Amino acid sequence: MLVEEVMKTDVITLPPHASISNAVELLQKHRIRHIPIVNEDFSIVGIVSDRDLRDASPSVFHGDSSNDSALQNEIKSIMSHPVVTIHPLDFVEEIARIFYDEEFAALPVVKNNILVGIVTEKDMLYTLIQLTGTNVQGSHIEVKVPHQPGIFPEVTSIIGKRKANIISVMVYPFKDDPNYKVLVFRIQTMNPLPVIQDLRNAGYELMWPNNIAEPKI
Amino acid sequence: MTGKASFVYSDALLNYHFHSEHPFNQKRVLLTKDLLEAANVLHERDIIKPRLATDDELALFHDRAYIEALKKASIGQLNETEGLEYGLGTEDTPLFSGMHEASAYLVGASLTAVDSVLNGESDHALNLGGGLHHGFNRRAAGFCIYNDGAVAIKYIRENYDLKVLYVDTDAHHGDGVQWAFYDDPNVCTFSIHETGRYLFPGTGNVNERGIKAGHGYSFNLPIDAFTEDESFISVYENAFRKITEFFKPDVIVTQNGADAHCYDPLTHLCASMETYEKIPLLAHELAHKYCNGKWIALGGGGYDIWRVVPRAWAQIWNVMKTGEPANGNLPPSWLKKWEGESPVTIPSLWHDTSDVVPNIPRKEDINEKNEKALQSLLKYTKKVM
Repeated sequence: MLVEEVMKTDVITLPPHASISNAVELLQKHRIRHIPIVNEDFSIVGIVSDRDLRDASPSVFHGDSSNDSALQNEIKSIMSHPVVTIHPLDFVEEIARIFYDEEFAALPVVKNNILVGIVTEKDMLYTLIQLTGTNVQGSHIEVKVPHQPGIFPEVTSIIGKRKANIISVMVYPFKDDPNYKVLVFRIQTMNPLPVIQDLRNAGYELMWPNNIAEPKI
Repeated sequence: MTGKASFVYSDALLNYHFHSEHPFNQKRVLLTKDLLEAANVLHERDIIKPRLATDDELALFHDRAYIEALKKASIGQLNETEGLEYGLGTEDTPLFSGMHEASAYLVGASLTAVDSVLNGESDHALNLGGGLHHGFNRRAAGFCIYNDGAVAIKYIRENYDLKVLYVDTDAHHGDGVQWAFYDDPNVCTFSIHETGRYLFPGTGNVNERGIKAGHGYSFNLPIDAFTEDESFISVYENAFRKITEFFKPDVIVTQNGADAHCYDPLTHLCASMETYEKIPLLAHELAHKYCNGKWIALGGGGYDIWRVVPRAWAQIWNVMKTGEPANGNLPPSWLKKWEGESPVTIPSLWHDTSDVVPNIPRKEDINEKNEKALQSLLKYTKKVM
């Protein structure tokens, strides 16, 4: 999946000369946590996060802060730069690595030096939900298989013979044993029993809770 | 605390039949009726005949285009691609001749039950043919075509303007009914079910709480695979009491899937008949306490049709009629009539013996997890300030 498929394109931005208070208002109004700072040509020069703005704001213990002069400073005085950006044609899997390694919570998407979108941690999690298929009605089956070529089509053909529609597929490592993998399927049926029985008959081991022969003992 | 009860039945309810290999088998309804008659608690005067739901009634919840597609499917004129768009012609909901009418009868039966209770002809009414809670407004799913529960509740809202509490004890999440009223503060839905981690439909997490004006009126209690009676009954009773106290319904509609039993092939829960005695007892008590007795009970899932469903469902009627579940021996005449046809030995007692439930090594962990889910659910039955 590409970044351009998950990014948000209606990005809330500010010019470098905007005031800090202006940024605080935008965060509250749009319920966002990051504001890219852009020039007139929409090229990105910095980014501010809700944490940057909180650091720049007076403490709530200092009484009425509406007139505080600190909030009238220019946003460029507190923005982070240079900014790590991504491209619309990057893979979502690749940028997940950046989120994890760098501990960022948002990445601006830049094409030809122009800001075209933003991807947040929340977008990443939603992508994960879609990848796992848990947002669609279905039954969950986990099959332990030897880690060798040709296993995957063997298992899916068993599912296919029962005309069960596969919603999602994932491949997990099997604990610490490199000789096995766990294939995780979500199939669109309320009655996975025929598929489970066929998999058992073909000699595959199913994982909990379907690893227990009927009745449930 | 007993009142007049009505049992909705005609053979038309048995026509909802996909094919002989399909796990959803409406013979359960006949087996239950027969059991109750043999036990001498169900008589001709208790039975009311269901009617066919009209198109306008179905359209209270379902899309007109979906209803038309079903009519075409009924006479073999729906093409495969169009069918799949509506969830028709799949392994779960295959096409069968006369499927529109067969499904509309189940809905009509639930409307008959509603009218009987809300017109004051009876205090409680039971439609075991209904409870098809996975049906969506324009899509069949999980063995369900028309969602009789959702239509019946829309019908109550439209014609009687009462606050409805919907309680779903099927082992699968009552998703179709939940989404139908997700933004409606006058319909509170409560579903206890096996967690969706492994089981269809996969939804029903405790954080699904409704949206907009309906926020706080959807309750979900996902319980762990291999949950047994003690934990099921404890969290169920606690949640049901607190939700009723919080919502103060005018009428209670229950969906009574009987697939949480340890014999059921499709789920991983491990209840025994004890759970199915408690479920109607509690609904009955709370209906009298809050709703002047107004209680409409529907059927639902249940895939061990010989050993589990007839006994479990019959207890709903026993409670409606006598205030108590039956105990002791099942009527020998009923056993004799059906034991030849059953591929498994039918238990001879109403109650399950203790050897029915297998030993579950992680029982304590499972109970603790269920208790956590309950505490999480209960947050929304309490006033914050």
